[in-house]
Amino acid sequence: MNKIYINGLGCISTQKTFDTLFLEESAVNEVDTILSIHQPVYKEFISPVASRRMAKGVKNGIVASTLALREAQLETVDAIITGTGMGCIEDSEKFLKAILDNNEEFLTPTSFIQSTHNTVGGQIALGLQCKAYNLTYVNGSISFESALFDAKMMMEENDASSVLVGGIDETADYTMSLFRLAGFIKNENQGLDSFLKSTTKGVVFGEGATFFVVEKEKKATSIAAVLDVEILNALEIDKIENKIGSFLASNNLKFIDIDAVVLGYNGDMDSDAYYKILSEVTFANTPQVYYKHLSGEYDTASAFGLWVGTKIIQTQSIPDIVKINTIDKETYKTILLYNQRNGIDHSFTLISSC
Amino acid sequence: MEALKQELKSKIIEVLNLEDITVADINDEDALFGDGLGLDSIDALELIVMLDKDYGIKLVDPKEGKTIFKSIEVMADYIAKNRVK
Repeated sequence: MNKIYINGLGCISTQKTFDTLFLEESAVNEVDTILSIHQPVYKEFISPVASRRMAKGVKNGIVASTLALREAQLETVDAIITGTGMGCIEDSEKFLKAILDNNEEFLTPTSFIQSTHNTVGGQIALGLQCKAYNLTYVNGSISFESALFDAKMMMEENDASSVLVGGIDETADYTMSLFRLAGFIKNENQGLDSFLKSTTKGVVFGEGATFFVVEKEKKATSIAAVLDVEILNALEIDKIENKIGSFLASNNLKFIDIDAVVLGYNGDMDSDAYYKILSEVTFANTPQVYYKHLSGEYDTASAFGLWVGTKIIQTQSIPDIVKINTIDKETYKTILLYNQRNGIDHSFTLISSC
Repeated sequence: MEALKQELKSKIIEVLNLEDITVADINDEDALFGDGLGLDSIDALELIVMLDKDYGIKLVDPKEGKTIFKSIEVMADYIAKNRVK
């Protein structure tokens, strides 16, 4: 695969990831089991007339994409590709509740219009007046990587030279109550001490919007390069090391060439078993990074993971708050990101300095 | 009639999620669409549903809305004459 270059970043998350350098104002929430967005001042990015109809996910997507475009110094792009697991679930809930409350009468248009999974991509396009390729991937925990993979293929096929790629998900009360009933969300936040050695099922849930401007050409301001992306639906736990080995080999790399590995630990004992093998054996001597103790788990949390990986390359440092081990490197050139959830939706993303 | 006008203003602010606008900011004669409150066609649909749900008034022809939703004054007058709830 050809390299593509990350030239702009924008991240709205449960941490203050805007107007900061790299997680210096972050703190682990050890109380709540559903984490909420650290809100930007939306009025600085969206007119009140437009924002009054937008749920938080749409607003966060617009702010994050605006920040990414500003950093890349671009007014528009050749494609907008988003990934989302649950889409605009807040307005979906509103619309469905209205159907039930009003006995299937008096249905209003706003929440219906805003409830689709591609609302964020559509609203960004409307704001930019961008009539180019616009697609939204809804593929569980590989929604974001599917979008990134599409962007990479578009550039390889010379269909685009600049693409806005993002992952967006939001929480909504009723859906969260169902997730809690189903055991997807922990009954109580068990704190940071037990996060990496969890003995319980379920996760602390989160939400966020993370966007990247990726371009075919390297610029003086390029932050990092995406070397390769691979997604797999299912993979047995005893095959993970081999799979990563072959993924690296296809990029002419070995385990030892990886300067840091960013793992999607989410505090669910079964899900984390996949990462533990890598932490304890495969990458035991490599700097290891985790991030979902900050962002919470959600379908596109791995976009936050890519933001963390890209920031490590940009700043050439790993903040203590995301370190799994104490191993440091003088330079961080090549970083591997691995994410999965409950043994399905595996993604491998390889990034490097430019 | 005055109470109905105040009620309408509150409902419009709530239904249309008009951030930063209070009841006191809306004059009875202000245009709701265009230069006044700046409402648009989606808002018109929301108001049609509100008329049906809260006052039992069914607008068969959505074009009627253009006249009825001219201002709070006109709207309140129409509702007072046609409401069944």
